[in-house]
Amino acid sequence: MVSVGVDVGSISAKAVVMGVGGVLAADVMLTGYNSRGAGRQVYERVLAATDLRPEQVDRIVATGYGRNSIDFAHKAVTEITCHAAGAYYLDAAVRTIIDIGGQDSKVIALDAKGKVRDFAMNDKCAAGTGRFLEVMARALELDLDAFGDLSLAAERAAPISSMCTVFAESEVISLIAKGEERANIIAGIHAAIAARVAAMAKRVGLRPTVMMTGGVARNAGVVKALAAKLEIPLVVSEQAQVTGALGAAILAAGLG
Amino acid sequence: MGEDGRVLDPDREKRKIKADKRMREIMAEYYIEAKTPREQRGKPIAWITSGGPVEPLHVMDVIPVYPENYGAMIGASKMGVGLCETAEEMGYSRDLCSYARADIASATVNGGPIGGLPEPDMLICCNNICGTVLKWYEVQARYFNVPLFIFDTPITHTRFDDDMRRYVKRQSKEYIAFLERVCGKPFDQDRMKVVGELSLEGQALWQEILETTMHKPAPMTCFDAFFHLAMIVTLRGTQTAVDYYKMLLAEMRERVAQGIGMLAEEKYRLVWDNIPIWYRMRWLSEKFMARSACLVADTYTSGWTGWLPGADRNDFLGFMGESYARIFLNSGTDLMAENILRMVEKYHADGVVFHSNRSCKPYSLGQYDIQRIVQEKMGIPTLMIEADMVDERSFAESQIDTRIDAFIEMLG
Repeated sequence: MVSVGVDVGSISAKAVVMGVGGVLAADVMLTGYNSRGAGRQVYERVLAATDLRPEQVDRIVATGYGRNSIDFAHKAVTEITCHAAGAYYLDAAVRTIIDIGGQDSKVIALDAKGKVRDFAMNDKCAAGTGRFLEVMARALELDLDAFGDLSLAAERAAPISSMCTVFAESEVISLIAKGEERANIIAGIHAAIAARVAAMAKRVGLRPTVMMTGGVARNAGVVKALAAKLEIPLVVSEQAQVTGALGAAILAAGLG
Repeated sequence: MGEDGRVLDPDREKRKIKADKRMREIMAEYYIEAKTPREQRGKPIAWITSGGPVEPLHVMDVIPVYPENYGAMIGASKMGVGLCETAEEMGYSRDLCSYARADIASATVNGGPIGGLPEPDMLICCNNICGTVLKWYEVQARYFNVPLFIFDTPITHTRFDDDMRRYVKRQSKEYIAFLERVCGKPFDQDRMKVVGELSLEGQALWQEILETTMHKPAPMTCFDAFFHLAMIVTLRGTQTAVDYYKMLLAEMRERVAQGIGMLAEEKYRLVWDNIPIWYRMRWLSEKFMARSACLVADTYTSGWTGWLPGADRNDFLGFMGESYARIFLNSGTDLMAENILRMVEKYHADGVVFHSNRSCKPYSLGQYDIQRIVQEKMGIPTLMIEADMVDERSFAESQIDTRIDAFIEMLG
């Protein structure tokens, strides 16, 4: 059985191939304006990384915001169910998932069998999402990948209070104008995201083990700020960004 | 083929509610009478809040008109955004209820479906549904320069006591005195008995109609109830409403007898909480239907069946205040949660869908707590949809689409 999960998110498209022995390949690329094309492309790329031909793939599940535009998939499943399946596969002790993606953040509660018990998503607003970080990186003229490490060197977190991404950006610009240290501003940005996501996580209820998934989990600064705010350690897998695609591949294998 | 030449799906046609047509006719007649020029119609017009004590108006031959029902029409006609923007240009905050914004705007520009509501001769405001109506009706009273009566109903947090009972009884008297003064004629107590009886009969029939969905498959969904609700809201206390609901109830019973459900396949049964998302009724209805999820009951449409059991039917005015004060929306979170728990059991529901309605604060405020109580006590999944009843700008389709899909996956 060879199964593939394709996760087309608002910022990046991910794909995972699974065989009998586990994960055979995984890939990530930017979604761009064409989610259908990105889904097709990331699928072709991930297959190319294996020696498999398309006809050797038994089942494909699509997930993410572009899930319904992936016409070559056998089924579309939401990223909530897929993240649950992926996280549970990575660590069966996981009972809570905090997924921060490009355009939304979610908190998912799992039961002992890995089934979704409850979930909450951010309001229709980019605050507390990957997009928020992208906007801030642009304001600070920094590469997003440098954000995490830079913030770890901060002496303190500069206060950022606005709930709105655009207004928070103005706050960042005025902090720059006041000569605030860049590291402190970044730490403040991370604290702002952590505060928003923590409120949602507490509403759903935090049961250990708590795993963080989604692209933003690669940012050590956000992970640190969130763990501090929640007063609970967070598990971050190497596969954090592809957890949704991994879950989709697992569910695809289950389709038989 | 349908009237517009489209090919109709025979299965869907079979499931359509036949009384719909009569309902549309009655509502059209109601609005035509209200929109007839004052000289020809003779009767004065009162604007009244949706949960307001309307029966004395019928006794006094006053035509009641409901800005909230009109707000629902504005929403369903997708005219909400334009009118809300007009209100915002006038200086009203976007955080203000979209029914209030739409009504205030439509009054000044005569916009909206049917070209705006007929001008009122008086305003009747009962705050059993929210606090916003106080200022909203004060604004309209100033704008139209007409008398305003405010019927103040204390919130029942957990219990309704004798002081509250006296307080609302006293106001019923003041209300009658207000109507006698404004209409310039005495109040007819004998007619009150007739109108009161019709109101109670209409409410009982509406409750029976709603309860037909206890049957599997449910003969209708809450989306149908949202439509047929207009009658109990606008024509409560009239023979028209009683006759119509008798006809609708007979049709529902016939559907139950024949096993005709609104859905071809009813896999999941759900309860809806809060006011409908009027501009997305079809989208939501089809979305749930496509996943074999039937919304069998809701907290909203049963809000007009709250007449106290055991109340003396001959003393309508004696119990009117208490009955209106003790409606679902005017109670505390504990009572609201109990109501939903009862509905889940009664209708054998598999989950609850909450509409967190940006406009309606009293309806939405306790929802997170109620959601938790439902999960803990019933162990069933719940879904929270963030939107607004009229203002489409607060509806994010892809987010809501994902939430509904994930919720159905949880049920499955």
